[in-house]
Amino acid sequence: MIISKTENDENIALFSFISGGLCDIVSLCLGMLKFICEMKKDLTISAARNGLVSGEFSSFELTSWYLDRIEQNASLNAVITIDREKSLLAAQRADEKIATGVDLPLLGVPIAIKDLFCTNGMRTTACSKVLHDFIPGYESTVTQNLLDDGAVFLGKTNMDEFAMGSANISSYFGPCFLPFRKKSDPSVRLVPGGSSGGSASAVASDLCVAATGSDTGGSIRQPASFSGLVGIKPTYGLCSRWGMIAFASSLDQAGPLTKTVEDAAIMLKSMAGYDPKDSTSENVQIPDYLESIGQSIRGIKIGIASELMAGLSQENLELIDRVCGWLKDSGCEIVDLSLKTVPYSLPAYYIIAPAEASSNLARYDGVRYGYRAEGCRTIDELFVRSRSEGFGEEVKRRILAGTYVLSAGYYDAYYAKALKIRKMIRDDFRDNAFSRVDAVLLMTTPTTAFSIEESGKMTPVEMYLNDVFTVTANIAGLPGISIPAGLSGDGLPMGVQLLGDRFQEEILLRIAHILEKCANFGELKKSILMEDMVNDG
Amino acid sequence: MGKAALRRTETQNFTEEPRHFVRSSGTTGSRNDEWEIVIGLEVHAQISTKSKLFSGSPTDFGADPNSQVSFYDAAMPGMLPVLNSAAVDLAIKSGLSINGTINKISKFDRKNYFYPDLPAGYQISQLYFPIVTNGYIDIDLPDGSSTKRINIERIHIEQDAGKSIHDLSPESSYIDLNRAGIPLMEIVSKPDMRSSLEAMQYVKKLRTILRYIETCDCNMERGNLRVDANISIRRPGDPFGNRVEIKNINSIRFLGQALDYEAERQIMASESGEEIIQETRLFDAVTGQTRSMRTKENSDDYRYFPDPDLRPIVLTDERIDKIRGELPELPDAKKARFIEKYSLSESDAIVLTEDRVTAQYFERAVSASKFEESPRLIANWIIGELFAFLNKSGKDIDDIEFPIEYIGELVDLILDKTISGNIAKSVFTRMVETNENPSKIVKDQGLVQIRDDSVIKKVVEEIIEKNPNQVAEYKSGKQQLFGFFVGQCMKAMQGKGNPEMINEILRAMLD
Repeated sequence: MIISKTENDENIALFSFISGGLCDIVSLCLGMLKFICEMKKDLTISAARNGLVSGEFSSFELTSWYLDRIEQNASLNAVITIDREKSLLAAQRADEKIATGVDLPLLGVPIAIKDLFCTNGMRTTACSKVLHDFIPGYESTVTQNLLDDGAVFLGKTNMDEFAMGSANISSYFGPCFLPFRKKSDPSVRLVPGGSSGGSASAVASDLCVAATGSDTGGSIRQPASFSGLVGIKPTYGLCSRWGMIAFASSLDQAGPLTKTVEDAAIMLKSMAGYDPKDSTSENVQIPDYLESIGQSIRGIKIGIASELMAGLSQENLELIDRVCGWLKDSGCEIVDLSLKTVPYSLPAYYIIAPAEASSNLARYDGVRYGYRAEGCRTIDELFVRSRSEGFGEEVKRRILAGTYVLSAGYYDAYYAKALKIRKMIRDDFRDNAFSRVDAVLLMTTPTTAFSIEESGKMTPVEMYLNDVFTVTANIAGLPGISIPAGLSGDGLPMGVQLLGDRFQEEILLRIAHILEKCANFGELKKSILMEDMVNDG
Repeated sequence: MGKAALRRTETQNFTEEPRHFVRSSGTTGSRNDEWEIVIGLEVHAQISTKSKLFSGSPTDFGADPNSQVSFYDAAMPGMLPVLNSAAVDLAIKSGLSINGTINKISKFDRKNYFYPDLPAGYQISQLYFPIVTNGYIDIDLPDGSSTKRINIERIHIEQDAGKSIHDLSPESSYIDLNRAGIPLMEIVSKPDMRSSLEAMQYVKKLRTILRYIETCDCNMERGNLRVDANISIRRPGDPFGNRVEIKNINSIRFLGQALDYEAERQIMASESGEEIIQETRLFDAVTGQTRSMRTKENSDDYRYFPDPDLRPIVLTDERIDKIRGELPELPDAKKARFIEKYSLSESDAIVLTEDRVTAQYFERAVSASKFEESPRLIANWIIGELFAFLNKSGKDIDDIEFPIEYIGELVDLILDKTISGNIAKSVFTRMVETNENPSKIVKDQGLVQIRDDSVIKKVVEEIIEKNPNQVAEYKSGKQQLFGFFVGQCMKAMQGKGNPEMINEILRAMLD
């Protein structure tokens, strides 16, 4: 395996371009191609839209380029389903619209969709054997919103089975990898986190412009942090859950994984919106998040809760300090907070989420669709074998845990108590945080990206501890955003997180945009050790 | 079987003796030999909405299998429930009409269990916070004049499951999801009933009320009214015994049979020293017996928890008051009014108010009559002749093709002495066949009563002349022969003679 820096890639490209004049015309063409490839790399939504509108490239070209990259970098296992013909047709249609002057926020922009969103006529599996051949006859509201805004879908991204995991290693289609390597051990492949690992890896590897994710306990923000991306878990009720395969209904939220804060604003605006088909969807006006980006954050108050800083590594503490410095320099006030109930988020989460999952996943019984065990003689055998054979280990573990906590005699001891804790946490944020500050700053994850080997050594509970900073937002129904803020000593991305009050995504995006500038992550990223990727130019 | 046919079996039940306490076999007398039967009922009533509880699929009966199934109904991945507010309104209406408390906040819970015709693997119901609590209805007791109050613990809203079909193929079972997701109200009584008869009266009364307010069609054959019965026995004054739940009861008659069988079984078991175990038993309509389905130890743990896909139902006073304002006159009020306004007997009033259409028809017929004393007669004609005709022809009262006002006109023809009661019966028979106006029938067929003194006198003279022996016997003291003479006269006049006048003239000439 060749490890090269992106800087070197650029030099090669530049060299090729210059040498084109010296050598023959073929070499010139190759050089041009490489130049265009370079342009397509790190493409943001606005850059893509500019390129499409100015005619620098067509959606068809862009889509083909991404599809090729997806196929050529199949070893990342980031995208598990593509339909080249369908995607290219959609791109062609987008090009036609662009030609007639149609202007939509995502028109012609190729994006990838987490395989948790049902896509009409395209296989949707939740990366589970039970749905390995399931083709929905309907389009989820979130993906429909994206289509309505002109997005071109490249394919479906890998994920932990039914979104249960923090490493994208429980997928029926195998693990997914990040193209990044540790400086201390460049030979080991790293996971992008989970459960939206495929989406994170795809965006980080330039297999798409942006991607959708879903976040039940950190499944957007944790992979965003591992992969050097921006990830938003919106306020519960902002994005419709209709057509998104349910894991834990009271916690699940769709959100974007993007290269920049601006892209996150564009994607979120498109994905969000009231949906009468989802009874938990909130009928709120969706602001134009782009407008708030770039506005000053002077006078904004940022809270630091001591409970959320306890036990942080030196490296994490230093990062938080650095971020606080940037915020102060930008005119923010840092306020010390105490949120005493927050440490109970994780235990409450690991009761509520499995309980809801145990019920939500009961429909995968082999009767109407999905995997059905062969040769069953009785209906009970059909249920037991279809589910035993169809679900992976982590899913089964959570179904069992959820079934246990809801059982007669245990309900009050576990589930009812977890609901009480959840209410206390919500009240705690309302009374002790958002009455005083506009946002709360904390780490997204306790560690940077790890390897499959490392994750294999973790017990399930150690693995669950990865979610310690992210589950709070889900438990409290609050919006959370992860922004890449630095690199670890090992050269891996580190994300910080901002939590806001309900429906205050706008403020979070404003702050995040400032932090993005201060961190200058675009430059930092160039020093990340990258796997040698095909078609990198 | 139409409504009319059901009605007949119901009226017959009034003649049965109540079975409040059952005596032990072979012994009589002392209190310790008596068993008290304790019954509580769970009635599942299909809420009459056009679409399902959480999806837009239609609820029409008898559609092709799986033709009324949405992605949601089939529990496809990612599908979510959206509450049908019409079902909520009808549940509120039902709650108000059973004198219940309408809870301004109620919630949905999931009842989890695996069954092939339960697509999601859970049923959405209301366990912890039902929409209606603490209601009651008064049932009529067989003595015809007293009532008993049966308390209703709760009404909650829930979705129905689909249907498994096992008899189409020896190898496979089939599933029809048309019924999956249809809205139901589960109406749960307190264990306030003490005999099978009370239980039957309770279901009938409930059915009457729900039909009045049109929140449920209550057609038990179509399964839109289903009853599960909880029954236990105890010595009077003792705490409740272990209860047995009986399922698969498809008619009110079977409810009585199942409860009687089960009470007998429990008493016999208890008296032979066996303990009654808490269990669910199935009623077999063919044998009239119940058999064990599952015991408490083997019962499912439903793992109820609040459904995270749905918000609580939050009701405003305005919404509840609006529905209250739309309630029609309920059976009890109507019955009282009929007794008061039309001087009907209690039992006639009960029968006439048992369904709204009959009550309406009765009042329309009354309004067509000119005589103040007609309502009781009209009631008799409807309950007697009309119901007999409906039973015989297998029709429902709303199938009648002639205007119901004709019954009022017919009664008027009797009251103004145009025809006799006997002639009226034949006019009625013709009326239901041809849908002709009774006055027209009387005119066309020359049925007008003969009231001409001279005509009647002539006939009476002839009869006396023809029967000298009978006249002699009568005169020697055999008074009962008077009827014979009346009959002969009437026969001679083809039934058209005025009976009072015949009597009078006969008496004058014989005595």
